[in-house]
Amino acid sequence: MSPAYPLPIPPLGHRKPLLELGGVDKVFNGSVTALQGMNLKVAQGDFISLLGPSGCGKSTALRLIAGLMRPSSGSITWSGGQAQGDLGVVFQEPTLMPWATVAQNVYLPFRLQGRPFQEVEDRIARALSLVGLENFHKAYPRELSGGMKMRVSIARAMVTEPRLILMDEPFAALDEITRHKLNNDLLDLREKLQCTVIFVTHSVFESVFLSDRIVVMAARPGRVSAELQVDEPYPRSEDFRTSARYAELCHMTSDALHVAMGEHQEAAE
Amino acid sequence: MSAAPAKPILDEEEARLARARRIDRIGKWAMPALMLIVAVIVWDRIVVINEIPKYILPRPGLVVETLINDFGTLSASAVVTMQITLMALAVAVIGGVGLAVFFAQSRFFEMAFYPFAVILQVTPVVSIAPLIFIYVDNRLVGLLLCAWIVAFFPILSNTTLGLNSTDHNLRDLYRIYGATRWQRLRYLQLPTALPYFLGGLRIAGGLSLIGAVVAEYVAGTGGIGSGLAFRILEAGYRLNIARMFAALLLIAALGVVIFAATSLLSHLLLRKWHESAIKREI
Ligand SMILES: Nc1ncnc2c1ncn2[C@@H]1O[C@H](COP(=O)(O)OP(=O)(O)OP(=O)(O)O)[C@@H](O)[C@H]1O
Ligand SMILES: [Mg+2]
Repeated sequence: MSPAYPLPIPPLGHRKPLLELGGVDKVFNGSVTALQGMNLKVAQGDFISLLGPSGCGKSTALRLIAGLMRPSSGSITWSGGQAQGDLGVVFQEPTLMPWATVAQNVYLPFRLQGRPFQEVEDRIARALSLVGLENFHKAYPRELSGGMKMRVSIARAMVTEPRLILMDEPFAALDEITRHKLNNDLLDLREKLQCTVIFVTHSVFESVFLSDRIVVMAARPGRVSAELQVDEPYPRSEDFRTSARYAELCHMTSDALHVAMGEHQEAAE
Repeated sequence: MSAAPAKPILDEEEARLARARRIDRIGKWAMPALMLIVAVIVWDRIVVINEIPKYILPRPGLVVETLINDFGTLSASAVVTMQITLMALAVAVIGGVGLAVFFAQSRFFEMAFYPFAVILQVTPVVSIAPLIFIYVDNRLVGLLLCAWIVAFFPILSNTTLGLNSTDHNLRDLYRIYGATRWQRLRYLQLPTALPYFLGGLRIAGGLSLIGAVVAEYVAGTGGIGSGLAFRILEAGYRLNIARMFAALLLIAALGVVIFAATSLLSHLLLRKWHESAIKREI
């Protein structure tokens, strides 16, 4: 959102490193292995989807990256260290404060940095107009629809121009029409902000449409089972959704997901 | 698209609903008022028909007459009772919220002190009050202490519950953004606790009046600066039953005023965002 138009994102393989998970394990209560030996290199400008069956540790991976818990072993390293405001997060629920207006909700990351409202008012206004809510500054969350609440949540996540945005099934609770709309808008945003996103989803279609890297995970123990690249250039539009290439990619991703789930079944036997 | 005729249609069901709403609105006021009038008339008739002497049960008219004639003394006492009640409520709010915030800061603090609060709450104030008046010389402080003991617990327990009811995702979000303990309290926990606190306040308002009255009964005669409870005792000794009723009427009125005031405060603070204060449109 800086005034100078950001440089376009270089193609995959030419991007600067941002974050690396090296052999990360996470064991809960000494018994439940949520993640085992997870490796992931995140580069600047990546749009990564974490795709996998329920319970494969997608949320756990995000929480580890967010610093909400520590890995049992292994390392999570940020290139150039991590600072306050490097992260934006969107949960499955909009997670807004019901007592605060839309603008005050988006102001939250700055408020916690101790910055006065006047100083960042413009940036809040810009974030809200980027998600199409320029007329709702003074509204309270209860006055908004589910999709609009999610937009507020996205505006809050990107208002600080974080280096990395984590999204944990943000659109899973929305209807399909709203979800498609938000998918398109999210790609627009990425185009404008050139941000890096890790996006957790259950949907093969969503992952192919949105991301340029799909990380397929398997469960019990949670780990990376395969990685696919989506070479379709951005910006992607509705045409991509109906193209043969899209169908083919969805098919491939779906196969990879089935392999991951098959592995899981063998492991259970 | 063909434009539909812009004629407002009030179908049968809607019309019935609208009528029901109108009746509801009137009934909300009319029914209690009507019942009150009926009750007073029945009371009056019972006294007249059974020829009950006024030193056992006065007619309602006599109660009102006494209230008007003795209004100087009674209203002065009402002011005293109201003062003690409000002061106790204020101390209960400060003490209850303060303690709740402490509890929210440290689980160990809560483990250590919550039992004391519970014991204080479950012991009837009538049984503690005589002890308090032995140890505390100042009558006002004694009364305050009694009323406070009764009133502070609902505020403490409700506010504690509220402070611990923050949304988990929001708490995670605050952690990710590096919020300090103070920021989390100020911007997340206190707003979350507000509806809970206001619920506690409504209960505590009534309880502090009860505490103030009970404490005065226990404290006994006090001479100057006596509240309504003392007036009731005094009138009872003189078999001035009408005056007892008049004082009782005033106490009830105080209770209603406190309840209405706390309800109004709650409505004003929550109407913008909390579900409890929002009227359903459908
Ligand atoms: N706090 C916790 N304590 C104990 N076990 C946990 C905890 N959090 C997650 N787990 C376990 O870790 C495993 C992975 O959980 P996680 O929530 O990361 O899965 P997920 O891939 O996000 O699933 P879903 O798609 O259903 O959201 C699960 O088996 C879960 O039961
Ligand atoms: Mg999850």
